[in-house]
Amino acid sequence: MGSIATESQFHVLAVDDSLIERKLIERLLKTSSYQVTTVDSGSKALEFLGFHEDDQNYPNQPSVSPNNRQEMEVDLIITDYCMPGMTGYDLLKKIKESSSLRNIPVVIMSSENVRTRIRRCLEEGAEEFFLKPVQLSDVNRLRPHMMKAKYKDHQEPPKQQVEEKSEVEMSIQSQQEEDELPHEQHQQQPQAQGSSNNKRKALEEGLSPDRKRPRYSGLTVV
Amino acid sequence: MAYVGQLQRKFMDYTKSLYREGIVDEQFTQLHKLQDESNPDFVEEVVTLFFNDSERLLNELTNALEQQNVDFKKVDGYVHQFKGSSSSVGAQRVKDLCIAFRTLCELENKEACLRCLQQVKLEYASFQTKLESLFKLEKQIAEAHGTVPTLD
Repeated sequence: MGSIATESQFHVLAVDDSLIERKLIERLLKTSSYQVTTVDSGSKALEFLGFHEDDQNYPNQPSVSPNNRQEMEVDLIITDYCMPGMTGYDLLKKIKESSSLRNIPVVIMSSENVRTRIRRCLEEGAEEFFLKPVQLSDVNRLRPHMMKAKYKDHQEPPKQQVEEKSEVEMSIQSQQEEDELPHEQHQQQPQAQGSSNNKRKALEEGLSPDRKRPRYSGLTVV
Repeated sequence: MAYVGQLQRKFMDYTKSLYREGIVDEQFTQLHKLQDESNPDFVEEVVTLFFNDSERLLNELTNALEQQNVDFKKVDGYVHQFKGSSSSVGAQRVKDLCIAFRTLCELENKEACLRCLQQVKLEYASFQTKLESLFKLEKQIAEAHGTVPTLD
């Protein structure tokens, strides 16, 4: 399946200090027809995003901001948690504190299944927490987040999204449910941009009931 | 024609043995799913990156454990990296050893760490040899104008 270049192809920024991981995540994302940029650190990611300290929510700051916006729009940031210097969590915080960047969905990846870590990230505003090695079925969960962020001005946010944060406290999704995901996600149209009818259809398809929970595989099922 | 068939059978048997012996796991299969006509050498590219990275990590580990006063946090850092990369390419036995290795780092047991490092080196060498043999078989099949059987 080759990627068809459309004007509205989603662009994902992937952050990981490991070359192997970057190669993997890049391939996973390109297989799903996303445009990909990879960087090897949180600071490089912020640089790419055109982040400025002035963007934070300080009420007394002058409202004029310099015109060094990022060259390309980024629709989602996926970052490793454990990185030297700035961790994925630090990066997440900086993004959520920035008025210009906070609406970009962020996904965290980690090789370690630490519950407090997962909770922290989700509470800080991460959309998902993927356990490594990341699979195609995980990448299939990204599209709804990007659609939601992109089209939020045109649509009422659906009520399902409110459930996401509280699910950290709930029982863990079984492996079986996760296995059902890839088939279901495949039903989505890959390039659903264009007419508002298509947008709505793709948005609704993206909001399947069991797509929201982060991968907690490895923890015991209640 | 018979030659290609022979090679393909050899390839399938060899691949199956790698899974059976736990040399590779499900992640190795996942890597193959990312390989297609537009990226026909993806698996070999990633595994080659792994080979290079592993040599570096094993050297760092050797140096770090040879010190008078071992910095176990540093050692653990390298093992963590190695665990991650081996997990990502599906090198199951190497990964499992790394998991055990991290516990030994926590215990700050130098002797045990040194022994574990030895085991890791052996297991890694085995993985490298076997994957290289597998890639060689793939090349032979391609050169004989056959198609490489898909893993199932």
